[in-house]
Amino acid sequence: MSMVQPLLEVNKLQTQFPTSSGIAKAVDDVSFSLAAGEILGLVGESGCGKTVTGFSILGLVDPPGRVVGGQVLFKGEDLLTMDTERLRAIRGNRLAMIFQDPMMTLNPVLRIDTQLIETLQAHQDISRAAAYDRALEALGEVGIAEPAQRLRAYPHQFSGGMRQRVAIAIALINRPDLIIADEPTTALDVTIQGQILALVQALCRERQMSLIWISHDLSVVAGLADRVAVMYAGKIVESGTVRATLDHPAHPYTRGLLGAIPALHERGSRLLPIPGTTPSLLNLPAGCAFADRCAQVHGACALPPPDFAVGHDGPSHRVRCWLNHANSPNRIADAAP
Amino acid sequence: MKILLDAFSPSWVERCALLVLIALLLGALAAPLISPQNPYDLAQLSLSDGRLPPGSAASAGQGVQRYWLGSDDQGRDMLSAILYGLRISLLVGLSSTLLALAFGLSLGLMAGYFGGRLDSLIMRLADIQLSFPAILIALILLAVLGQGVGKIVTALFAVQWAYYARTTRSAALVERRKDYIEAARLLGLSTPRILFRHLLPNCLPPLIVVAALQVAAAISLEATLSFLGIGLPITEPSLGLLIANGFQYLLAGNYWISFFPGIALVLLIVAINLVADRLRDIINPRLQKQ
Amino acid sequence: MLPPDSSRRPALLELRQISKRFSRPLDLAARLAQKLGAAISAQTVHAVDRVSLTIGRGEIVGLVGESGCGKSTLGRLALGSYPASSGQRYWRGEGGTTAIDDLPATQRRAVQLKMQMVFQDPYASLNPRLRVGQAISEAPLVHGLITAQQRDAWLAQLLHKVGLDPSLGERYPHQFSGGQRARIGIARALAVAPEFIVCDEAVSALDVSIQAQVINLFMQLRDDLDLTYLFISHDLGVIRHVSDRVAVMYLGRIVESASTDEIFAHPHHPYTQALIAELPVIGGHRRDYQAIRGEIPSPLHPPSGCHFHPRCPYAMAQCQTLARELREIAPQHWSSCILDGGGE
Repeated sequence: MSMVQPLLEVNKLQTQFPTSSGIAKAVDDVSFSLAAGEILGLVGESGCGKTVTGFSILGLVDPPGRVVGGQVLFKGEDLLTMDTERLRAIRGNRLAMIFQDPMMTLNPVLRIDTQLIETLQAHQDISRAAAYDRALEALGEVGIAEPAQRLRAYPHQFSGGMRQRVAIAIALINRPDLIIADEPTTALDVTIQGQILALVQALCRERQMSLIWISHDLSVVAGLADRVAVMYAGKIVESGTVRATLDHPAHPYTRGLLGAIPALHERGSRLLPIPGTTPSLLNLPAGCAFADRCAQVHGACALPPPDFAVGHDGPSHRVRCWLNHANSPNRIADAAP
Repeated sequence: MKILLDAFSPSWVERCALLVLIALLLGALAAPLISPQNPYDLAQLSLSDGRLPPGSAASAGQGVQRYWLGSDDQGRDMLSAILYGLRISLLVGLSSTLLALAFGLSLGLMAGYFGGRLDSLIMRLADIQLSFPAILIALILLAVLGQGVGKIVTALFAVQWAYYARTTRSAALVERRKDYIEAARLLGLSTPRILFRHLLPNCLPPLIVVAALQVAAAISLEATLSFLGIGLPITEPSLGLLIANGFQYLLAGNYWISFFPGIALVLLIVAINLVADRLRDIINPRLQKQ
Repeated sequence: MLPPDSSRRPALLELRQISKRFSRPLDLAARLAQKLGAAISAQTVHAVDRVSLTIGRGEIVGLVGESGCGKSTLGRLALGSYPASSGQRYWRGEGGTTAIDDLPATQRRAVQLKMQMVFQDPYASLNPRLRVGQAISEAPLVHGLITAQQRDAWLAQLLHKVGLDPSLGERYPHQFSGGQRARIGIARALAVAPEFIVCDEAVSALDVSIQAQVINLFMQLRDDLDLTYLFISHDLGVIRHVSDRVAVMYLGRIVESASTDEIFAHPHHPYTQALIAELPVIGGHRRDYQAIRGEIPSPLHPPSGCHFHPRCPYAMAQCQTLARELREIAPQHWSSCILDGGGE
C-alpha cells in the first residue's frame, strides 16, 4: 500500500487450543497489516477465531491455549517474543482492548476515578491531581455528562451503555496508538450502539488512532471500517477495502454472509442462507473448510486454497479460494451473478 | 459393572471407594449366607468363648471354627456380628433416607414451583427443624417413641426431610424460571405433569448427591444413637451398638470388640461420601460424552 | 380510543387497553416506616401501559423496541402467560369474538392451546432431560391430538417439516447445534397445531447464516400452515423483512404502528425515525453516525408526559406533560407524537 511502515503487522499467526479430543486450530495462518489511523473490521460468525485473533495479538490467550507460530509486529517490534515487562508496558498504554462485556475492564469494587487514575499512573509519571484532571477530561470525551459526579460512582451505578463508555475511557486514557475492540456494542441497544459508533469514529479521526473492530455484524463494520477481513474456521478468507470487499465479494462465504442479511433483501423475499453449520475447529479438512457448505464447490477445493489478490482494488483485495484462480487445477467459470 | 467402573476410572481413590462400597453392600445382603454364625441366635453363642482375640479357635464345634475378628463378651463371632450389623445400619440409613427424600422432595418442589404462602409455610417449618441439632430431635423422638427399627427410621426421617425440601426448592426456583417450563405451561400440560416430569428430573442432580451424603449421615447418626443406648435393642446390634458394646473393654486391652465395627463404619461412610462426589459429575448429562 | 387496527384482515387476537404492572411489595420495615410517615411507596414498574393491538389472521406483526421497552412482556400478555393487570384479550374463533379470560376453564384451555411461543434461547427452552422426540410429542399425546400408534410417523413428518432429519428424535437437546435447537423449539410449538405464535427474539441468538435459515423457515411455515405471528425483536432489519405490520414500543407504550412499507418510508414518531436511522445499510460504506442522545430511562422512573421527550430532538414544552394516545395520522398509520396531526 504505502511506503511507510505499518503500525501493526500480523504474519502467519497461529493459535491452538489442545482439547481432550484433539487440537483446535482457532487461529490458523492469519496475516494482515494496519496503518496508523486505519480501521479494520474483523468479521465472522461465532467460533471463527476472530476473538482469539484479538487476544493473541495482545498476548491474552489463556492456557492451555497457546500462540504456536507467527509474528505480531507493533511498530516493528514483535509482541510475541517480547519479554513480559516490556509487553505490559506497551499493553494498556500504546495498545488497548475493549471487551464485549465492559466488566472485563472494570473492577466492580473500585470507584471509576480510582480505576482511571491507576491506569494513568501505571504507565506515566504523573501526579494524582494531574491524573484526576485527565480522568475528568477522558470521561467528558466519551460523552458522559457531569463527569465530576460520575467519577465518584461505582461501575454498578451505570447502565450498560454507560459502562461501555467508561471502559472506552479507560482504554483511551493513555492515548493508545491501537485499540482492539471485541464486539463492544453487541450487548447494547441500537440507539446506544449508534452513540458508541459515532464516538469511536470521531476519536479515530481526531487522533489518528488505529482500530481493529471485531464483530459478527457485517453491516456495522461496513459503516465504520476502512478495510474488512472476513474470517472462517480460523482463517481470513477474504480481505480488502470495505468498498471492494462488500461491493465485489470474491469468496463464496462473504457472498453468503451478505445474502443472509435480512435488511438487504426485498421484504418478505426468501433469504439466501448458507446451508449447514459452522465446522468444528478440531477436524478441519486439508482443503477449504467452507467446501461442504459452498454452492460453487469443485474438485480443486480438496486442496488447500491459494491466497491471492483479486482484480477489483489492486493488491489489497485478497481472497483465499480456488475460484477465479489462474492456476486452479480444474478451473471453472465463475457462476456467480 | 464394566461401565460403572469406567465411569469411575478418572480417579483410583473413587474407584477403590466404589469397590469397597460394593463389597460392603454384598456382604450385608448376603450376611445370612456367608457369616459363620447367626449372631442373633443365642443358642449358637457360647459364653465360654467370650472376648477371644482375633484368630482364636472356637472351643466347641458349633458352626464357627475360628473367630477371625475375635469375639465379644457374649461369645459372638465379631465377623458375623459386623456383617449383620452392616445390614441393619444400611437398612435403617437407606429406608429413612428414601422416606425423607420422597417427602422433602415433594414439599420442596411445591414450595419452589408455587411460591407465595405455601412456600413460606413449608420453608419456615424446615427452618424450625433445621435450627435444632439433629441429634437432639432424634433423642427427644426416641425418648417418646421407644426403641426399635421402625422407630429409629421415623426419628431419622424427621431430622432429614428438611435438607431435601431446601435443596429441591432452591433447584426448583432456578429451573421454574427457564423457558422450557413456560413452554410446558403453554402446551397445556397439567401441573403434576410439569412438576414431576419436567421440573423434578432437572432438580435431581443436587438431590442425589445430598441423598447419598445423607445416607452416610443417617448411618452415623443411628450409630451414635445406638452407642448412646437409645437406638436399637441389644438383641439386634447395629454397628453403633457393637462399638458401644466393646467400649467398656477397650481399656482392658480387648480392642477388637469396638475396633473392627468402627473400621467397618468408617469404611462405609467414607466410601459412600466418595461415591456420592463422583456421582454428581456422572449424573450431569452435559458432561457426558455424546 | 379505537384499537389501532391497520390490517384489513379479520382480527384473530385483539388486545384492548392491556397493562402489566410489576410491583415489589414492601417488607415489614418499610411498611412500618410508611406508617410512621416516611415517604416510601411500593416500587411499581409499568412494564406495559394500556396497549391496544389487533393481530389479523395470517398476519405477521413485528414488535420492535429496545431493552426494557416491554415488548417481551406484551408478548407474554398476549399469550396469557402473564396475567394482565388490566385490559382484555379477545379471540376470534369459530364461535365469534370472545374475551379469553372470561371463558370457562375448558374452553379457555382450548383457546390457549391455539397460541404458542418460540423462545429466544434455543437451549433454555428445551428440557435437557427429555429426548427431543418426547418433548415434541408429549403435548399432542396428552391432549389426544395423536395416538401412540401414529406418533412415530407424525413425529417424522413434523421434524421433516422444520428441516430436521427424522432420525434425530432420539437425541437430547445438548447434542444439537444452535440452529437445530431453534428448529426443535419451532416443532414443539407446532405440535399442538396452533394458529398464533409469539416469536420472542426467536432468531436473535443465531449466527447470521443460520438466522437466515430460520427466518426462511418461519416464512415458509406461515404460508404452509396459515399461521399468525407476533414477531418480537430488537433487530429492525429482521422485523422489516418478516413483518406485514410494525408496532414500535418505547418504555411500555406503542408509539407508532403502520404497515411495514409505510413505516419505513414515512416514519413519523421521532423515536421510530431514530431507530430507522440506525438500520444497517451495506451500500453506504463509511458513514457518519449521528446518534440519538441520552440513555434509555429506567422503567422504574419513566419521564413524565411523552416518555421520549428527554431524548427527542423536537421536544416542546407540552411534551413534558402531555402523553398523547395513538391517533390515526394517515390511513392505517398510527402515531402518538404530538407533532403528528397537530397537538392542542
